[in-house]
Amino acid sequence: MNAPARTLSGADGLKRLSVATPDQPLKLDSGRTLDHVEIAYETWGTLNADKSNVVVVCHALTMDQFAASPNPITNRPAWWPNVIGPGKAIDTNRFFVVCSNILGGCMGSTGPSSLRPDGSHWGTDFPVITIADMVRAQIALLDRLGIQDVFLAIGGSIGGMQVLEWTIQARNRVFAAIPIAVAPRQSAQNIGFYEVGRQAIMADPNWRGGRYLDEGTRPDRGLAVARMAAHITYVSEASLKQKFDRRLQDRQSKTFGFDADFQIESYLRHQGQVFVDRFDANSYLYITRAMDYFDLANEHEGVLANAFRNLDTRFCVFSFSSDWHYTPEEARDLVRALNAAGCETSYVTIETDKGHDAFLLDEPEYEAALLGFIDAAASARGLPKARA
Amino acid sequence: MTPAPNPNVIRRADHVAIAQFINRGELVLDVGCGDGQLMELLQSERGARTRGLEVEQAGVNRCVAKGLAVVQGNADADLPVYPDDAYDVAILSKTIQELARPKFVLDELSRIARRVVISFRNYGHWRVRTALLTTGRIPNLGHGAGWWSDGARRPCTARDMAELAAEAGLTIAAATAVGGKPVTGKSLGRLNWTADELVFVLERKKA
Repeated sequence: MNAPARTLSGADGLKRLSVATPDQPLKLDSGRTLDHVEIAYETWGTLNADKSNVVVVCHALTMDQFAASPNPITNRPAWWPNVIGPGKAIDTNRFFVVCSNILGGCMGSTGPSSLRPDGSHWGTDFPVITIADMVRAQIALLDRLGIQDVFLAIGGSIGGMQVLEWTIQARNRVFAAIPIAVAPRQSAQNIGFYEVGRQAIMADPNWRGGRYLDEGTRPDRGLAVARMAAHITYVSEASLKQKFDRRLQDRQSKTFGFDADFQIESYLRHQGQVFVDRFDANSYLYITRAMDYFDLANEHEGVLANAFRNLDTRFCVFSFSSDWHYTPEEARDLVRALNAAGCETSYVTIETDKGHDAFLLDEPEYEAALLGFIDAAASARGLPKARA
Repeated sequence: MTPAPNPNVIRRADHVAIAQFINRGELVLDVGCGDGQLMELLQSERGARTRGLEVEQAGVNRCVAKGLAVVQGNADADLPVYPDDAYDVAILSKTIQELARPKFVLDELSRIARRVVISFRNYGHWRVRTALLTTGRIPNLGHGAGWWSDGARRPCTARDMAELAAEAGLTIAAATAVGGKPVTGKSLGRLNWTADELVFVLERKKA
């Protein structure tokens, strides 16, 4: 059997830096340490002389570092082209943009699909990581790149969790922060949905107790089911109704079988199938677990505002009206805590029927607010306008 | 030194009347900030640092797109989370008569900010009194849609507002008619006759 194509070696052309060595290991929230950590990353734009124009983009669960240019491995296009690029809200003529694959990910950064020193894959022997651990690795990456201060940290969903962690860990080294479509804690509902996904992966006989890479199998069916369940939470009932409603897939009537009679079934099956070609099942377990553990108030004496006290960072929180994965109400809890902590805070809710995924889509009002906030922050930071 | 008026900033008369009480560098919370015109004026002509609270999301989004720091929220509900003395000034521009809980909001704002500046329509103006006397009706209550319409104002006078300030433990440090000159508290009776719209600067009573 062939080794899965997604087992990435150093010869894959991805940019990587070592951020932990046996002398300087990465200390994890679990108490364990990692002696060897590499973080894969991409950059766009040019670092200015005083290194004050750095934008850190934090990616979501199934994304990767290719936010603003195509991924050469999966051949998928950039995932945030409407926000990052010349003349966009994150103007690459003006800012130096860094996006890295998260710790535990599967696009070149160290994770459960990486090799251990003994040549075997980590699998589920990889330590359970947290959002804070991911950000520790990102801060170490920026240190290696010679960067101290971040002008802007931005990201949606689990990327938004990382943005919040950035402001807390890199205390007052982050000038502005944009957490999008995120909550200050993972809800029981979300933990539940991701647990369904994990159980689907672990129930796949090809998962082999997490050792599928060493045994040359792939738990594709389990991972596809996990993706299908999660995908439902990323869209709204209104958008599903508009796109599919109860329409049948390429047939005139019900088949009285378990084929994909409905368009929504066919769509979800397709989403699951294309996902397994680009994602590692164990990475899915680890990253969703990190999301489950995310609860900022719990780490700050039970008071969310304590997480942000005496922060100079200016925040702009975004939510989307039909997002039931991370609801506007949860975003408002975050905003109240930021206000209670005395942080300079803006809060924008975008009226849309597109659900959680709206943070990746073209919404003119969303882009106008991003542009306005980033522009005002850049002039407050003293960054010159981009040359046309 | 006051900078020259910025031609790009809209200068509403009541906003100009409020702005004269804001000093350079002060941190200002504008409650019910709408689409941010007053904050823009305070930034460009008074050198203030501003934050806004606005209940209508459309206004919030326009503010953020203009680079203003504004959160969507409700003055009647969201103020208790703000820490004591977080602001130099809190402003209620033509807002206090439309609140569900004006006393509560004033209590909260005077806790959050050292100074509270309010502008409001004065129903003690002689024209209002004459209209009540001659027609038996109170004018200008419900944006022209009847006194029962949503968001109808509380028809209070300058003296009524002074009573609320006293109830809230606040003194009127300054008062002015919109478009007029600031007067001392002793002229309240005359303002109550002559001013159509008023600005009060409220401060906590010295303990």
